[in-house]
Amino acid sequence: MPFSNQEYLHLLPFIIIGVGIVFSVVIELITKKSREILPWFSILLFFSTALYSIYTIHNKYILFNGMIQVGGKAAIFNFIFNFAALLITMSSIGYLKKYGSNFGEYYILIQSAVLGMMVMAGSKDILMIFLGLELMSICFYVLAGLNRKKHSANEASLKYFLLGAFATGFVVYGIALIYGVTATTKIDILIQNFSAQSSNIIFVTGLILFIIGFSFKIAAFPFHMWVPDVYQGSATTVTGIMSTAGKAAAFSVLIITLTAVYTVNSPNIFSPYFAAIATLSMLFGSIVALTQDNLKRMLAYSSISHAGYMAIGLTASNSYSISGIIFYLAAYTFMNIGAFSIISIIEGENDSRTNIQNITGLNASKPMLAAFMSLFMFALAGIPPLAGFFGKYYVFIGAIKSGFTWLAIIGVFSSVISVYFYLRVVVFMYFKNPTEDINTDTSTFSYSAVIISGAMVLLLGLMPDLLLNLILSVVNW
Amino acid sequence: MNIELILFIILATIAAVTSILVITRSNAVISAVFLVLNFFALAGLYLLLNAQFISVVQIIVYAGAIMVLFLFVIMLLRTDGEPRIFSDKRYIKYFALLISIFVFIQVSYLLLIGSPSKSVTGNQSASINSGTIETIGKELYTNYIIPFEVAGFLLLAATIGAIILAKKKFE
Amino acid sequence: MLSIPIEYYLILSAFMFIVGVTGVLIRRNAIVVFMCIELMLNAANLSLVAFSSYHGNPVGQIFVFFVMTVAAAEATVGLAIIIAIFRNKLTVNVDEINIFKW
Repeated sequence: MPFSNQEYLHLLPFIIIGVGIVFSVVIELITKKSREILPWFSILLFFSTALYSIYTIHNKYILFNGMIQVGGKAAIFNFIFNFAALLITMSSIGYLKKYGSNFGEYYILIQSAVLGMMVMAGSKDILMIFLGLELMSICFYVLAGLNRKKHSANEASLKYFLLGAFATGFVVYGIALIYGVTATTKIDILIQNFSAQSSNIIFVTGLILFIIGFSFKIAAFPFHMWVPDVYQGSATTVTGIMSTAGKAAAFSVLIITLTAVYTVNSPNIFSPYFAAIATLSMLFGSIVALTQDNLKRMLAYSSISHAGYMAIGLTASNSYSISGIIFYLAAYTFMNIGAFSIISIIEGENDSRTNIQNITGLNASKPMLAAFMSLFMFALAGIPPLAGFFGKYYVFIGAIKSGFTWLAIIGVFSSVISVYFYLRVVVFMYFKNPTEDINTDTSTFSYSAVIISGAMVLLLGLMPDLLLNLILSVVNW
Repeated sequence: MNIELILFIILATIAAVTSILVITRSNAVISAVFLVLNFFALAGLYLLLNAQFISVVQIIVYAGAIMVLFLFVIMLLRTDGEPRIFSDKRYIKYFALLISIFVFIQVSYLLLIGSPSKSVTGNQSASINSGTIETIGKELYTNYIIPFEVAGFLLLAATIGAIILAKKKFE
Repeated sequence: MLSIPIEYYLILSAFMFIVGVTGVLIRRNAIVVFMCIELMLNAANLSLVAFSSYHGNPVGQIFVFFVMTVAAAEATVGLAIIIAIFRNKLTVNVDEINIFKW
C-alpha cells in the first residue's frame, strides 16, 4: 500500500468524527437511552475535533495522493464547523423535546453533516468537493423535514431538496466540462494550468456552471428563492446550523477553488459576476427584511444580505479580503447561532411565538435574554466594537485595496438600511409593554449556548487581531 | 458510414426522443418507463465509448434499482395525472421553453467553437484500458480510497434519513 | 471505436441536460420534477464518460461511479420526503404545497 501510517495520523480530525458516527449508530441501536447519551457524545466529539484542528493549524499536509488537506485554512474552517455544531447540539437538547421530535438520529445526522463540511473545506480534488457537498446536503434535507407531521417542515424539506438537487445537476455538469478540457480533477493541477486554459470557452462555461451551483448554496440573490421558506419551516436549531456552518462550507469551496486561481496572477475573470451578486444580495436582503415580522424569516433575508457582504470579498480576491471573509464567517457563525438559540428558547409548541410581537417587553421578564438578543442584533447590524463590525470592516478594506471602492460604499449603505430592522427587535424588547406572558423553557444548556456565543462575539469584537492574524498567517495555503 | 456512427445515431435518437417524452407525458408512470428506456440507451452509448463497467452499473443501479424505487413510489402514491402542461400559467411556460431552446443553441455553439476534439487524444488502446473493471477497481481502492469512504458515510446518512422520514415512531 | 468526433456525444449530452432543466421548470408533479433532475445528472454522466474515454484516463468514469452513488442516496431521501408530504397533504403537486408565500 502506498499510504503510510503517518498519513492516517494526520487525518485524525476526520477519523474522530467518522468513528464517532459509527459509534453513535451503535449506541442508538443498543440502548433506549440514546437520546440522553448522544448529545453528550456529540459535544465531546465536536469539542475534541475543534480543539485538535486549531491546535494543529500549522501542520500543513496534503494527504492520500492529493485528495485532502489538513491544517491551514481547512483547520480554521474545521474549527468553525465543529464549534457551530457544538453550540447547536447544546441548544437542541431542550428544544427538540418541545419541537416534538426528540430523536437520537438527529445527532447522528448533525455529525454526518459536519463530516461533509470538513470534507468540503479540506478537499484538494473536485470529486471530494462533490461528495462532501452531497453528504452535507442530504443530511440537511432530512433535518429540515425532521418532524414529518408538521406541514411547514414537509414543505421546507421538499423545497430545499428539489432546489438543492437541481443545483447539484449544474455542479456536476460544470465539473464534467472542466474535466473534459483539463483531463484532471485535481485542484492544484487545474490552478497551474488556469492561465493557459482561461481563454478556453468550454472551461470557462464549466466554471460558471460550477459557481452557479454554489451560488444556490451560499444563498446569494438570484438563487435565493428557497432560503426564506426553508429557514422558516425547519426546526430553529437546524436553521441555525444550516445558515452558519452550511454557508461557511459553501464559501470554503469557493475560496479554495477560486482564490488559489488569483494567486497565480491571472486576470480575475469572475469579478463582475461576484460584484453583481454581491450588490443584488446586499440590497435585496436588507430591503425585504424591513417588511418581515417573523423573526426566522427576517434572519433568512438578513442571511441573504450577509452572503452579499461576503461575496464582496470574493470580488476583491486579494489575500486580505479572503482573510476578511473567513473572519466574517466565524463572526457570523457566533452571532447567528446566538440569535437562533434565543429564538429556540422563546419559541412555543407548534412553531408558535416566532414573531417579533411575541418578544414584546422581553426585558421585563427575561432581562438576560433581552440583553443577549440585543448584543447579537447589534453585532449583526455591524455596530462597533462587536464581531460583525470587524467582519464587514476587513472585507470592505480588502475591496478598497483592489479598487472596488464603489462596492464598499454600497455595502456601507446596505448596512445602514439593515440597522433599522435589527434595531426594531431591540425596540420591541425594551420600549414596549409586554402583551403576553413569555414562559420560556428553562433548559440550562440552551442558555449556556447563548452565553458562549455572546462571549465569542465580544471576544472577536474586542480582540479581532487574535483571529485575523492567525487567518492571515495561513490564508495562502 | 461505419457501424459505430450507425449505432450512435440509433441510440442517440432513442435517448433524445425518450428524454422529451419524459417531460411531456402527463402520466408519471409513463414518464418513468421512458426514463428507463433513456437509461438503457445511455448504457448502449457507454458501451460504444468503451466504458464497459459504467455501462453495466448504469443498467443494474440506475435502470434496475433507482427507477424501480421511483415506479414503486408512483404506484404507492397513486397520484392523478397532471392536466396538460400548457393548460395553466401558459405564458410562463412558453417563456421557459423559449429560454431553454436559446440556452441549448448557445451551449451547442460554445461546444462547437470550443473544439473539444483538440484537447482529447482519442487513443484507442488507452481508452479501452481505462474502462475495464480492473482499472477502475484498482484506482477506486488505492488512490480513491478516501472518496470511497466518504461515499460510505453518504449512504449511511441517507439510510438513516430515509428511516426517520418514513418509519420513525412518534411518542 | 472512437471514430466519430466527441462533439456528437457532447451535443447529445447538452440536449438531454437542457431537456431536464426545462422539465424541472414546467412540470408540477414533484416525482416528475425529481425524474427530470435524474435526467440532468445522466446528461452530465454522458459528458464525463465521453471525455474520460477520449482522454483515455479513468478519472471521469470513477466520477460517474460516485455520481451514481450520490443519485441513489438522493433518490432514497427524496422519495422519503415525497412520501412524507403525501401522507400529510395527499398531494405531490408543487403548486399546492404552498403554505409559505414564495
